[in-house]
Amino acid sequence: MKMWKVSTVALIAILSAASSGWSEEVNGLRTVDEFDGFTDETARSQALFEEMAKVIQHPRCLNCHPADNTPRQGMEMRIHEPPVVRGDSGFGAPGMRCNTCHGSENVDYVSGDGSIPGHSPWMLAPIEQAWIGKTVAEICAQIKDPERNGGRTLAELHEHNAHDGLVGWGWTPGEGRESAPGTQELFGELTNAWIEAGAACPEG
Amino acid sequence: MYNLTVNNREVSVDVPGDTPLLWVLRDELRLTGTKFGCGVAQCGACTVMMDGMTRRSCVTPIEMADGAFVETIEGLDTPESQAVQAAWVANDVPQCGWCQSGQVVSATALLTEIPQPTDDDIDNAMAGNICRCATYQRIRKAIHDAASTLEG
Repeated sequence: MKMWKVSTVALIAILSAASSGWSEEVNGLRTVDEFDGFTDETARSQALFEEMAKVIQHPRCLNCHPADNTPRQGMEMRIHEPPVVRGDSGFGAPGMRCNTCHGSENVDYVSGDGSIPGHSPWMLAPIEQAWIGKTVAEICAQIKDPERNGGRTLAELHEHNAHDGLVGWGWTPGEGRESAPGTQELFGELTNAWIEAGAACPEG
Repeated sequence: MYNLTVNNREVSVDVPGDTPLLWVLRDELRLTGTKFGCGVAQCGACTVMMDGMTRRSCVTPIEMADGAFVETIEGLDTPESQAVQAAWVANDVPQCGWCQSGQVVSATALLTEIPQPTDDDIDNAMAGNICRCATYQRIRKAIHDAASTLEG
């Protein structure tokens, strides 16, 4: 009887682990050691970027990386209301720049639920860093290209992903918004591991 | 206690830090020209100038405005604001008038940066100032008229 109980507990533990894919995730993002099983470094690097892409292609990040001149809003990535334009340097139009509404931090509405997002600076990503509508492979190639990544080396790219404040806003988006997967710390670790494994891009 | 300059007057207000600047302007300083419309930065009725830029005061906690230089409709007094207000009167722009102080502030900010704006410039600057009376055609004309006045 006792043996049966022990076996049952073990079986439940195994089934439970199997149902979660044996994976270790933080807020929906796999940790770096989940990629230890790869024998091929290029394949490991590609897989690491695919994991990074869960963050990159989350609406919290995509909404301000449009391929046109209009930011998006919400998980459904609807057109920004009120209608606004990229303007010079991604800060909006004369007379209505981004900081007309977006302050230095998230601000809860006083007249209802939700909040207006904020950070200093608050701006669109440059058009050469547009991600909406692009494949993971295209974004990867773009992100490595100093001509299209703000002149960053891979080390600087890691620093940007791991510590930039506006990138980090994706995990502290304020009341009423879903955060990007994982944490910025984990995103930085994945970026570092991807670079150390050769910064390979997924195919396709 | 928060200290700021409003219409060239130094003021101190003792309110909780999350009090909107709009509340401070209207309830503490009795500057009621700036209006509450939506409370969520969607209509533009509460627009003021803060450190030289347009700012929706309904989503600006006073702690964010500490030390700032704020100008409201009552205090705007530049060649651009005078031209805008004269053009507003000449064109009978307002209907109900609720949104108009925000409209005037945004139009003044636009003309300060772009003295001769195109229709696209006007659309881009004014798209966040909603007018429920739909006086948009008169607003556009008044801005062009103000620009002509400024050009001399």
